[in-house]
Amino acid sequence: MSSKKDSELAKPAKTRFSRRGFLGGMGVGTGALGTGLLEREGEAAPAPANVSGPGAVPITLNINGKPMKLTVEPRVTLLDALRNHLDLTGAKRVCDRGACGACTVILNGKTVYSCDVLAIDAQGKDIQTIEGLGANNPVSAAFFNHDAQQCGYCTPGFVMACKGFLDHHPNPTMEDVKHGLGGNLCRCGTYMGVRQAVLEASKNMKGAKNG
Amino acid sequence: MESRKVMGKPFKRLDGPLKSTGRAKYTSDLNLKGMLFAVYLTSPYAHARITSIDTSAAEKTPGVKSVYVISPAGTEIQWFGREVAAVAATSEEIARDAVRKIKVDYEVMPHLVKEADLSKAGSKGKAAGEKIVGDPDKAIQEAEVVSEGTYGIPMADHVCLEPHGCVIQWQGDQVQAWPSTQFVTGWAGSIAPNLKVPAANVKVKMDYIGGGFGSKFSPGAWAEVGAILSQKAGGAPVKIYLDRATEMAIAGHRPSDYGKIKIAGKKDGTITTFQADSWGSGGFPGGPQPPLPYCYANIPNQRINFVSIVTNQAGSQAWRAPNNQQASYLTCSAFEDFAAKANLDPLDVFLKNADYAPARPGPDHYRWQLQKAAELAEWKKLWKPRDQKSGTVRRGLGLGINLWQGGGHSCTARTTIHPDGSVLLEMATQDLGTGTRTVMVQVAAETLGLQIGQIKLVIGDNSLPPGGASGGSTTVGGVSSATRKSTMNALAKLFEVAAPSLGAQPDELEAVDGHIRVKGSPNKSMTWVAACKKIPPGEGKISETGANDQRNPMGLNSAGAGGAQIADVTVDMETGLVKINRFVAVQDCGLVVNPRLAESQIYGAIIMGISTALYEERIFDEQTGRMLNQDMEFYKLAGIKDIGDIVVHVDIRPENDKRGVIGLGEPPAVGICAAVGNAVANAIGVRVPNIPMSPMNVLNALEGRNA
Repeated sequence: MSSKKDSELAKPAKTRFSRRGFLGGMGVGTGALGTGLLEREGEAAPAPANVSGPGAVPITLNINGKPMKLTVEPRVTLLDALRNHLDLTGAKRVCDRGACGACTVILNGKTVYSCDVLAIDAQGKDIQTIEGLGANNPVSAAFFNHDAQQCGYCTPGFVMACKGFLDHHPNPTMEDVKHGLGGNLCRCGTYMGVRQAVLEASKNMKGAKNG
Repeated sequence: MESRKVMGKPFKRLDGPLKSTGRAKYTSDLNLKGMLFAVYLTSPYAHARITSIDTSAAEKTPGVKSVYVISPAGTEIQWFGREVAAVAATSEEIARDAVRKIKVDYEVMPHLVKEADLSKAGSKGKAAGEKIVGDPDKAIQEAEVVSEGTYGIPMADHVCLEPHGCVIQWQGDQVQAWPSTQFVTGWAGSIAPNLKVPAANVKVKMDYIGGGFGSKFSPGAWAEVGAILSQKAGGAPVKIYLDRATEMAIAGHRPSDYGKIKIAGKKDGTITTFQADSWGSGGFPGGPQPPLPYCYANIPNQRINFVSIVTNQAGSQAWRAPNNQQASYLTCSAFEDFAAKANLDPLDVFLKNADYAPARPGPDHYRWQLQKAAELAEWKKLWKPRDQKSGTVRRGLGLGINLWQGGGHSCTARTTIHPDGSVLLEMATQDLGTGTRTVMVQVAAETLGLQIGQIKLVIGDNSLPPGGASGGSTTVGGVSSATRKSTMNALAKLFEVAAPSLGAQPDELEAVDGHIRVKGSPNKSMTWVAACKKIPPGEGKISETGANDQRNPMGLNSAGAGGAQIADVTVDMETGLVKINRFVAVQDCGLVVNPRLAESQIYGAIIMGISTALYEERIFDEQTGRMLNQDMEFYKLAGIKDIGDIVVHVDIRPENDKRGVIGLGEPPAVGICAAVGNAVANAIGVRVPNIPMSPMNVLNALEGRNA
C-alpha cells in the first residue's frame, strides 16, 4: 500500500536520508557526536535551559509570508494551531497520525504532515498552506479541470502535496506522479483525476515562479 | 437526447474551485464564537458492566464547561468503544486532560468479537428460516457437475475522511446544528424527540460533507450528546466529532458474510441449483441476510440458510449498496468455481445463465454488458483456464456483476425567476461529492434555455423545500426530476407574462438559447431578460415549486441498473502480493445528466471496491475484545498507485436514455470484490476463500491452509 515511504523516495537525492551515510558518520572521528549528521543535529537543538510549557506560550508562525501570533501549549500540533487557533481550515484533520496526508502543508519548501509537527517547532520556518495559493493557482485549476475532487476533504492535502512535489520534480512522468503522491489517501476515489491533474499542473507551472 | 445543450454535457463540477482551493467550509471546520470542544471517554472493553463512575475531578478542571455521563453506573457495555462520558471545554487539550481524570470501574464480562468461525457463535447465532425453491436435493443428485466452496467477506469500515459529528447549540427550546450528514431535511425530525423540542425549532445547515458512504443518515448519538453538553454549558455551541480511533470502532461498518456454497448444473454450463449456508454479523444488532443468489435470482432449485451472529461490536451502518458486495462476492465466486469445475470459460457461464437475471434491467442487458466488458478487458485474448498458468508471477482475469435499483427519492425544488433575469434554485438537500449541485443546475439551465452560470443554487439548509436522503442512489433521480418540474412550472408562469408581447398564447412559447420565442416562428422572440422584465411589479418575482414523488416518477427517473466488471490481476506466487493491472467496468445508469461526473462516480466506486478487495478488514482481538486497527496505518486504504488502470464504459445509449435518470452511487460499487477474487483464483489456480486478497490470505490458500 502507499505510505509515507513513497514520498521519501520522491525526494531529491541531496535531502534523502541515507543509512549508509549515517553508519559512515558513526564510525569515524573521535566519536559519533563529532561527525556528520549527528553533529549538525546537535547544533540545531536548542540549549537545554530553553524549556517551553506545559502551559500555553506565545509563538509567532510565518504563514504564507505573514507573521501570525498565537498562544498555544507546546503539545499543540501545527495542524491544530492552524485549524483551531488561526481559523485556517484548509488543512484537514483525518487520522492525526501521519498516515493519510489530509493535513499536508509545505514547511521550508518540503511537504510535511502538519499533524506530525508541533506548532512551536514550526517557528522561524516558512509555512505554506492552501490558503496562500490564491484563487487561480495552476494546481487547484488542474484539479478542477480533471475532476480530482469529490467530497473534497482530501483535496487541500493533495493540492499541497502536488505543489510540493512539483516544486522539486517539475518534469514528472506518470510513474513519478504515482510515487510522489503516494502519501495522500482519498476515500471517494479521485486518483484517476489526481494523476491527470498533477501532470497538467506540471506543464502549467513550468517556468512560473513559486506561487 | 441529441438536442440537449446543457444536460448530457460534461460540465466541470460547480463546487470544484472551492474544494480545490481549500475554501469549502465543512461543518468540522467551523470555529464559532465561544465554541467549546467535546471529547469522549469510551469503553476499552467489549463487554463489561460499569460499577462506578466519578467525574468530579473532570468537572473541577478549569476550562471545562460541561460533563455528561452517557453510561452511568449499572450500564452494561456491549461493544468496544462504547461511549461512557463526554466533556466540553474551552480547548481540545483541556477536554482531553479532563477525560483522563474520569475514574471508571468496570466489571469485565465474556465477549465474542470474531464471527468467521460459526462453531464459536453458540447462543449468539440465530438462524433465519430455511428458504427452499424447487427440489434442490433431487437437482443436485441429477446434476452432471457439482461444485462446492467456502467464501468469506469480512466487516469493513466506511472510513469517511471527515468523521461523524456536528457543531450544535441548544438554547431554551431552540437548536442550531451544523452536522456532517447525508440527510439535511430529516436531521431535525430525528433528533427533536430525543431533546424534547419541536422539530420546527431545529435549524440545520451544512454546505459540505467529507464523505458519508451510507453511514451518516441519522444524526447519531453524538448529536444528542453535543446538544446536552451545549445546554449544560449555558447554550454555548459545542463542536463534537469522533476522533479517528473512535470513528473506526463505532461509527459504523459493512457487515460480514461467510458461507459454503454449492452449485450444481449441466456440462454445458447451465446452472440448475444454488445452495448456500452462510452466516455473518453486523455487530451487536446481528447480521443482515444478503440476497442470495445474487442477481441471477431465478435459479430453479435453491436452498438458502443464514445465521445472524451477535457480536460485541458497535452496530453496522448502511454501506454503499448494502449487502450487495457480500451477495455478489459469494455468488460470483461460486459461479466461477463451478465454471472451473466444468472446464468452461466463466464468461460463457455468466452469459449462458443470464436468463436468471431479473426482468429489470433484463437478461439481454447483462449479456450486452458482459460482452462489452469482455471486449474492453481483451478477455478472449487474455483469459486462460486455471490449469494453464505457470511461473512465479501469474496473471488472471475474473468477472463480477452489479444490480441495484436506484430511482428518484421524493423531494421538492423551488425555482425563482426575478425581473432582472436572475434565477434561484433551492432545495434542502446535500452534495456528498456526487455532483448533486451541478446536476440540478444543468437541468434548470436546460429547461430555461440558459447557461449554467445564470442559475444560482442554494442547498444545505433545512428551511428550504424538503430534500431526500442521499442514499439508495436516489438523489440524482430525485433532484433532477424535482428541478425539472419546479423549473417548468416557473417557466410556464413566465410564458404567461411574456406571451402578450409576442402576440401568442403561452403554450405556443419555448425557451431556447437565452430567448423566449414562438415555436415554429423563431423571429418572434425576445431575450430572456426582456421577458423577465414583464413580471408585474406587484408580484415581484415568479417562484414555483415542483416535486418528485418516489412512487410516481412520471418517466423522469426509474430504477434497475445493471453492470459488469472484470479485474485483470497479476499475483506473485512467492509473496502473495496481488497487483491490479486493469479494471474494466461497464455501467448503465439510464439518462446521464453529466458524463464527466458519472465517470468520476464510477471510478470512485471501483477504487473503494479495490481497496476493500485487497486491503481492508476490521481486525479484532479475541483475547482482549479490542479493535487492533482503529487507525489508517493498519486499516489500509488503497493509494494512488495501488489501483492499476481503470477503464470505464458508461452505457449511454438512446434506449437507456429513455429510462430516465437512475442513479449511480451504488451500482458500480458492488462487483469489485467478486471480480478481483475471481481473477486471483484464475491466476493462481486455487480459490482464496476470503476477502481481502492480502498476501497472507493468498499464501494460506496456496499452501492449503485455512485462514
